[in-house]
Amino acid sequence: MKSDAEAVLHDLWVRGLSGDAVAYRACLQQLSAHLRAFLRKRLFGWPDEVEDLVQECLLALHNQRHTYQPGQPLTAWVHAIARYKMIDLLRAKSIRENLHDVLDDELAVFAESATDASDAKRDLDGLLDTLPDRQRLPIVHVKIEGLSVTETATLTGLSESAVKVGIHRGLKALANRLRKTKDDV
Amino acid sequence: MKTDDLVAMLATGVTPVAPHAASRPMGWALLVGVPVSLAMLLVGFGVRRDLLQVIDLPMFWLKLAFPLCIALAAWVVVQRLARPGVPLGRAGWMLLVPLAVVFAMAVAAWLSTPVAERLPSLMGVSWRTCAASISLMALPIFALALLALKQLAPTQPAWAGAAAGALAGGLGAAIYALYCVEMAAPFLAVWYTAGMLVPVLAGVLLGRRWLRW
Repeated sequence: MKSDAEAVLHDLWVRGLSGDAVAYRACLQQLSAHLRAFLRKRLFGWPDEVEDLVQECLLALHNQRHTYQPGQPLTAWVHAIARYKMIDLLRAKSIRENLHDVLDDELAVFAESATDASDAKRDLDGLLDTLPDRQRLPIVHVKIEGLSVTETATLTGLSESAVKVGIHRGLKALANRLRKTKDDV
Repeated sequence: MKTDDLVAMLATGVTPVAPHAASRPMGWALLVGVPVSLAMLLVGFGVRRDLLQVIDLPMFWLKLAFPLCIALAAWVVVQRLARPGVPLGRAGWMLLVPLAVVFAMAVAAWLSTPVAERLPSLMGVSWRTCAASISLMALPIFALALLALKQLAPTQPAWAGAAAGALAGGLGAAIYALYCVEMAAPFLAVWYTAGMLVPVLAGVLLGRRWLRW
């Protein structure tokens, strides 16, 4: 990535970390295109896996955002996470299938643009439904329907801190389930 | 769920992240773990009776400084390994410096000791229990340090587990040194290192599976 792109992303990211949802969304949006290009280039044998992995990386970026150090290049942090998730996928695959017959001529994927998201194979909504209510309801109300924590607390009968904890733990649990589906896809 | 929907979901209602949020879990692990280990020492072993007499002796301080230097280096290493994309730099080598110094002192002491007294200086009176006792003192810190790593994002989980083990082992050994009466460098080099290696190896094995994220 060019250094001016790094500067723009870094600025959006830092504003996102301080709670600016608009900047955070813009940042994740740009990062998802970046991740898609990064992973497509490295996973050309498995074009179908790219979108799943982009989603897994985005969830990991969000859950681990506190591990980013302000002075660190954002791309170094993002790439380290993407590489970790990719190696995890390849390890799960290499256990399952023979590596020799996968590298067919599938280079046509390079013709696609990295900004078009193909559909993810794994169903995040379905995984969300498997979470317990104390995690699922806070995520649905706050993160999907856009209600405030206070409104969600009244609606669900949970305390406000339980709502916050539910979101935090629920997103981590979602990431774990996403990771585990790799092992038995 | 489409990726754009996921992005929208993650950004909606996003909460600010406190500065230094990533240093806190490991800080808490030490803040709670070290007093617990100290309490275990006081209840289970006590401190050596001649503590006031030996505080003048350099060997007593070396026995504290050796594991504390390991713990300090391991602290730096584990903080770096817990954050994606942070290079380890020279921190890894810093772990080896105290080991090299103490082993050099042990060899020098060994060679300058009369042959008949060499083996006793290596085995001391407590070689059977030393490593196990150090591991025991390290255990509370080790468990809490692994829990702290679980809150973070080590991209090399086995190495991060090992560093957490070295941190716990170093602190555990320094705490045990308040009880241990051995004063020979060969004993220190072999049995203290062995005691610190137990949590390091446990960290590799546990980290590889349990610290994945």
